[in-house]
Amino acid sequence: MEKNKAILPNILTWARKKSPWILHFNSGGCNGCDIELLSLLTPSYDIERFGILNEASPRHADILVCTGPVTEQVRPRLKRIYDQIPEPKWVLAVGSCSCSGGVFSGAYNILGGIDKLLPVDMYVPGCPCRPETIIDGIIKLVESIQ
Amino acid sequence: MTRIVVPIGPQHPLLKEPISFLISLDGERVVNSSLRLGYVHRGIEKLAQQRTYVQNVYLIERICGICSHIHTTTYCQAIETLLGLDVPRRGLYIRTLLCELERIHSHLLWLGVLAKNIGLDTIFMYSWRDREIVLKMMEEISGGRVSHAVNIIGGVRIDLDADRLTMLESGLNDLNGRVEELIGTIERDRSFAARTRGIGKLTLEDVKSFCVVGPVARASGLDIDLRRDAPYAAYHELEIEVPVMNEGDVWARSMIRMREILQASRLAKQIIRTLPKGPVSTTAPRKVPPGEVVSRAEAPRGEVFYYLRSNGSQQPERLKIRTPTLTNLITLPEQLKDVQMADVSAVIAGVDLCIACADR
Repeated sequence: MEKNKAILPNILTWARKKSPWILHFNSGGCNGCDIELLSLLTPSYDIERFGILNEASPRHADILVCTGPVTEQVRPRLKRIYDQIPEPKWVLAVGSCSCSGGVFSGAYNILGGIDKLLPVDMYVPGCPCRPETIIDGIIKLVESIQ
Repeated sequence: MTRIVVPIGPQHPLLKEPISFLISLDGERVVNSSLRLGYVHRGIEKLAQQRTYVQNVYLIERICGICSHIHTTTYCQAIETLLGLDVPRRGLYIRTLLCELERIHSHLLWLGVLAKNIGLDTIFMYSWRDREIVLKMMEEISGGRVSHAVNIIGGVRIDLDADRLTMLESGLNDLNGRVEELIGTIERDRSFAARTRGIGKLTLEDVKSFCVVGPVARASGLDIDLRRDAPYAAYHELEIEVPVMNEGDVWARSMIRMREILQASRLAKQIIRTLPKGPVSTTAPRKVPPGEVVSRAEAPRGEVFYYLRSNGSQQPERLKIRTPTLTNLITLPEQLKDVQMADVSAVIAGVDLCIACADR
């Protein structure tokens, strides 16, 4: 029994590392990073080889991938989606505008970065990000899972 | 009779971007629907008034990641008109070439989204695989896959050498074969026809009363295309034929867009063959003389309209942007009437949503 208790967390971590499911949410971005994120599913990039699946429901996801500077209207929705993701969860900010507001800094309707609202675990800069950069960000985030 | 209201969005597997629909159902039939916009409103028009004309080129490109080049084209065109600049012909040709490559990229992307929404994942994978060819071509000539930063006020930033032109020509030939295969598939495939034929109908009267533009209007029999009707950039020197169909359903829209891909690739080849020699840009002054101007261009989704007012300083006094997506979006409640719940996904995908454009 004691031995099993020690093994269980290891199994959980192993399972999480092998199948990190992502939830994509456009928090007010320009679509540039979003289509690059979607093209990860297609044959040229194929992130399913890492066990990564683009999941439709927040309740099935592990990693929230946000693209955009968080507009005022999207803000409560983003919080709600984050709250719906079961623990443990991670947040990946994709694109310069979701890292810091980027080109939209100073606009009246934006918050200026995901980290103003949610704890961000990994930042992927780029305007827009290349698919390889996004893969790199997700893999580095997955590797950091303990 | 109790009616069920189904919310779709802002976060939903059907939608790549946040927008919200409320769909009232009577059994499986849609009786009423409403939509809520503004989730991606960043305030770009206001932001553009606070920045200089040159900085705005970078900002304007971020209105939309799919049709980024057409926005900068329209914007630069407006300023060039105000300045009275004579843009070199080679610059205009390269600008037009990028417009057409972007059209191919946008339409292939759209086909993938539609196919995924109606459950045909194979077509999604194939069309997005073929889209990578265009993206690679655009990356090779400009350095960016989806945002190219090609336009500057007074011309373009890049020049094409003989190697690049050969690469473009062979890439387009490769792409043509694949697109024809895709057209054959969606023309003959019975399940594709079953999911798209007779769905999301818009009559010619509807199209006229809603001021619909672009492929959605052309699929309902309205013969409009700015590239032919009010040529900008280098279009007046190119041969353009506009595909028009009368069915007005999602199937007709797919066929129109697929034919436009072939046509865009023909145009791109024309440009490659007849590319004039000379410089690609002229120097533009930083200050723009006072005045107002309207600039229009045919984006992959229809007509983009820019209104610009200058007060003689380095910053625009007002910049108004009207995108084709917004006009096409407001027809959705009309199109959704009386369709089955399972077909809602096909109708929503059929108009080619780009919320980032619509909300700005």
